[in-house]
Parts: sequence; C-alpha cells; structure tokens
Amino acid sequence: MPSEYLGVLIFLMVATAFSIGALVLGEFFRLRRPYAEKLMPYESGNIPVGEPHMRFSVKFYIIAMLFVVFDVEAVFLYPWAVVFDKIGLYAFVEMVIFIVILFVGYIYAWRKEAFVWD
Amino acid sequence: MVPLHWYLTLSAAVFMIGMFGFLTRRNIIIMFMSVELMLNAVNISLVSFSHYLQDMRGHILVFFVITVAAAEAAIGLAIIISLFRNKQTAHVDEMNEMKG
Amino acid sequence: MPIAMPNLIPVMPELVMTGVAIILLMAELVIKRKETLGFLSLISVGLISYLLLGSAGTTFGGMFVSDGYSTFFKLIFMANLVLTVLISPKYLQTMRINFGEYYALTLFATLGMMLMASAADIIVLYLGLELMALSTYVLAGFIRYDMKSNEAAIKYLLLGAFASAILLYGTSLIYGLTGTTNLRDIAVYITHNGLAKNPLLMVSMIFFAVAFSFKIAAVPFHMWAPDAYEGAPTPITAFMSVGPKAAGFAVLGRVFLVAFGSVKTDWSVILIPIAVLTMAIGNILALSQTNIKRMLAYSSIAHAGYMLLGIIAGTPAGISSVLNYMFIYAFMNIGAFAIVIMLRTEGFAGEDISDYEGLGKTHPTAAALMLVFMFSLTGIPPMAGFMGKFYLFMSAINAGYTWIVIVAVLFSAISAYFYLRIVMLMYMKEPKEVIQLNTSPGIGLALAVTVSAVILIGILPAKVLALAQQAVTSF
Repeated sequence: MPSEYLGVLIFLMVATAFSIGALVLGEFFRLRRPYAEKLMPYESGNIPVGEPHMRFSVKFYIIAMLFVVFDVEAVFLYPWAVVFDKIGLYAFVEMVIFIVILFVGYIYAWRKEAFVWD
Repeated sequence: MVPLHWYLTLSAAVFMIGMFGFLTRRNIIIMFMSVELMLNAVNISLVSFSHYLQDMRGHILVFFVITVAAAEAAIGLAIIISLFRNKQTAHVDEMNEMKG
Repeated sequence: MPIAMPNLIPVMPELVMTGVAIILLMAELVIKRKETLGFLSLISVGLISYLLLGSAGTTFGGMFVSDGYSTFFKLIFMANLVLTVLISPKYLQTMRINFGEYYALTLFATLGMMLMASAADIIVLYLGLELMALSTYVLAGFIRYDMKSNEAAIKYLLLGAFASAILLYGTSLIYGLTGTTNLRDIAVYITHNGLAKNPLLMVSMIFFAVAFSFKIAAVPFHMWAPDAYEGAPTPITAFMSVGPKAAGFAVLGRVFLVAFGSVKTDWSVILIPIAVLTMAIGNILALSQTNIKRMLAYSSIAHAGYMLLGIIAGTPAGISSVLNYMFIYAFMNIGAFAIVIMLRTEGFAGEDISDYEGLGKTHPTAAALMLVFMFSLTGIPPMAGFMGKFYLFMSAINAGYTWIVIVAVLFSAISAYFYLRIVMLMYMKEPKEVIQLNTSPGIGLALAVTVSAVILIGILPAKVLALAQQAVTSF
C-alpha cells in the first residue's frame, strides 16, 4: 500500500527542509572572520599536503580516545531502542542512569581540560 | 547458507593470527592490535554460535566485548603516550628498567 | 509484556559502591585536600559492609548471586580497600602523585572484584574482571613521570588484555558447546550429556585455566607480576597482590567447582602441574632477589601456588581453607608492604633488601612488626600464616593429594630462607646509615590492625575458619 509510506515521505520532506533551512539561515546570521587556519581544507590543524610519514601531535590521540569511548557506548542504545516499548519505564530509567554516568565522564574530561587544544 | 564450522574456522584462524602476532611482535602498538584481532575473532565465533543456537546471550556478550575493548584501547594508548613522553620508544625490548 | 523490576537487595552493596565511586570522581574536581576523599571512601566501606550482611539472594535472572562465598570474598576486598586507603596518603604525598582519582579508581577496582565474586554468569564475570583490571592498570601506572611505573602498567595491560582474550575464547567455546553462559546451567548440561573427556570441553577448560592463572599470577603465566609489582606505587602493589588475586581465586573456585564440578578429574590434570610449578618457580626465584618489592612479588606467586592446592582438593574443606588462607594472606601481605612504604622517603627508595640492615637497632618497633609478617609469610607458628597453611595442606591430604603436599612443604621450607634473611639482616647486621621512617597515623593504624589480626588468628584460628566453612555451605 503506497499510503503506508506516507510517514516516510513526510520524514523525507522534513529532513530535507531542515537541512536546507539550517544552511540558508546560517548564511544570513553567521559571522565571517576568516583566518589562515580556517581557510584550510581540513580545519583540524592538519596540513593536507606533505610527507605521509609526518608526525602529528599527540593531542589527536586524546581526542580520538574520547571519541572512541563515547562513540562505542551508542552500541547499547540500539538494542535498547528496539525493545523499548516492551520493557517500558524500567528500561527508560535504566538508560537515563547509563547516560548520566556517561555524562559524569564527560564532565570529568571537560573539567580536566581534555577539550582545550593549547 | 554458510555452515557453522566455516565461521568457527575463520574465528580460530583470526585468533591464531592475533596470538602469533602478540607473541612474536615487539612493538607495543602492533601487540595491541594483535589483541584486538583476538577479541574480534572471539566476536565472530560468539555471533555465529548465537545465530546457530537462536539465543541472544552471544550477541549481548559481543556488545560488552566491543565496549570493553574500546575502554582498553583508550587506557592502553594513554599509558603508551605517557611512556613515550619519558622514553622515546614503543618497543618492548627496550623496556628493561626492571630485571630479575 | 512489561519486565518486572529486578530485586535490588542482593546488588545493593555494588550499587552503593558505584555511586560513591562516581561521587568521588566528581568531588575530586572541587576538593583540594585529597585525604578527604580517602576518608569518604572509608566511610562508604563501613556502609557497604553493613549492607553486605543482609544481601543474600539471587537476582538479574540468575546472573548475579550473593551467597556466603561471595560475601566472604567481599569482606576480604573491603579489608584490602581499607588497608590500602590507610597506607596510601603519606606515600602519595612523598611521591607527589596526590590525585583524587586514586581513591575513585581503587573503589572501581574493588567494585569489579565484588562483581567477580558474585558472578553466576560468565558475562558478569567478564565485566567484573575487566572493571577490576582496567582500574588496576591505571593505578599501576599512577606515577606518570616514572619510567618504571609506566613500564609496569604497560606490561600488566598487555598481558592482562591477552589473558582476557583467552578467557573470552574459552567462553565462546563453552557457549557453543552448552548453549548458555550461566554457570549452573553449564554444570547441568555437562552432567546431563555426559561430557567428561569431551575434547572441546577440555580445550575450553584449558583456556579458562590459562586466563585465571594470569590473574592469580600462577606459573607459567606469572611473567608480568614481578615487573608490575616492582614498578607500581607501593600501596598499589599491596592492593594488587591481594585484591585481584582473591578475585581470581573467587572466580576460579566458582567456575571450576560449580560449572565444571562434575568433570573434576579432567581439570585437575591441568591445575596440578600449574600449582607445582607455581610453588617451585615462585620460591626459587625469590631467593635471588635484591629488591624487596620484587621478592614479595615472587612470594605472592608462591602463595598462589599453595592456595591452588585447596581448589585442587575440591572438597568443602579445601575451598574453606582457601578462603581462610586468603583472609590471612590479605593481612600479612599488606602489613609487610606497609613497612616497605615506611622506608620510602623523599629521594630514598628504601626498596633494596640491604636497606633493612640493622633496622632492629635503629627502629625496633618497625623491625619487630616486619619480623611478625615475615614469620607469618613463612608459616612459623604461632602466626596466622602457619594455621592457614596447616588447614590448606590438611584438606589436600584428606582429598588424597599427599605427594603435592610433600612438594608444597619442601618449597615452603625453601621460602624460609628468603623471608628469614630479612629478619637476619634486621637483627644481625650493623646499620649502614640511619634510615628515616616515613610514618603517618594511617600507616600506624593499618599496622596495628594487620599485626593484631596476624597474631590473633594465629592463636585463635577457629573463628575465621568457622566463618569460611559456613561460607562454603551455600556453595
């Protein structure tokens, strides 16, 4: 039945409108203060051309470590989401506790200045 | 359908490659990657058993293994970084502060 | 079908522990005096011990069990934690590593051990083991500026990760064979299907034995222990030599005696050579050590060998004597490390065995305490170590393993040489230089507790043993 796919169509339209809208709005409101690093193809501070065996800063490891740890936790959200309606409130509370513990880790990393580049 | 023992053979082979790498290589990063290989071999066999037995426990354990492996990698890299700051090497044979 | 809320009473101690550890991690960000955090963790241990006593039960679908066996081990972990926190602050200040994460990490490591002791399912066992191990790796490398500490951490981490990969492979085999990860269900499946002498079961038992041998530092999987023990901060060496070893024995006992209980003849073939080798290598290599931490590392390897005898015996008397010995070992070993910590002052390591020369003249109290711990570790009456060894060896003899006990007694006699050498140096030699002792009220309290425990249990051993015997009845 094509009508069953109405939800998908609406979702598609909303998603497209949101992304285009965000870009258009940003074009109007954002500040333009370009400097040399910002105009580089990769804004991460990495020079895109040169020797492949170049050493890069150890700071990238810290960012990568934080990314890996927080990223992998998302793996638990998928099975949780699949059975969420069957377990109900208990599952919700449990996931909130899980996220709170992750958030504690985030606060710790933030207060220890793990996100400060210099 | 691919029979179970193919997956198990693959898993055993990957596990052996990881174990061999761990025992023969002397660069910490490569030894670390070998351990990851061993863990992934275990994941293959757990998932295939889980599918074969039509039981979810194997999947659950795989999720936990993946998470713990990430935490282990983070801690391992952190220790390697502090090691590297004190001594410019990532070679196990050059770590000989203690003997006996 | 909504899933009912699980019964949280059996896991209450662990939940409180998690909460306290997280609070400590947050408090570290605001509190400047880090000793406060240690004090907070001591208070929480009191609360948790109280909760432990009323926590019997099984929960989370049979994955987590709180019985006498787990409670006894958890009491050992609590004693280990309290003593470690007591001996730490002064050392941390001396080494200029006085960070609050230290206390949070010891709590997390202890939480992992508690989960291991209570694990009735291999998934919980694995998670507890990793929580303990990951926290301990960081603690071993806590002196970040020190090459030796870094080296200890990386060696511990690499071999620990290797061991857990092996444990997981064993798990996947047993899961494929029996279709479950619950220890009791595995036992039921094995007896129902008559899997004795099954090659796949045999292989997975070898994997389990290897992985647990790494954790308890049994030969030939002990290589990490001397380096990790020597490089780690000394309070953490004390912590590592008791906690993870006890937790390793807790899971070793539960997996081999519950899940594989019906195929004991198969796995004792694996464990007997490990036990004999462990006693031999541990005691013989300890003879040639010049660093006291390294010597105590080999000594702790040897003690793991003695305790394996109780597991091999496999009888209730055997298991209860392992519990009893672990309890005694916690006090005598941490006591010995507390003395080692006192010798450490700024700019003076005090880890060389020759530093103990003439300690009997310069610091008679410290020397007398060291004497008690060394006698107890050797197993000389009337110290607790003797009673522990006695029950352990008796249970093995009663189970019909007389020849292993003879081997154990022989190696135990060898061990007298390196323990009593310390005593000899302290009392028979003239002091080389005057050594300052780095004392603090915490270390004093820890020493008072450990020395009175060692002497009291030595004179009145029945109380702890009865507790241990009661603990294994529910097993």
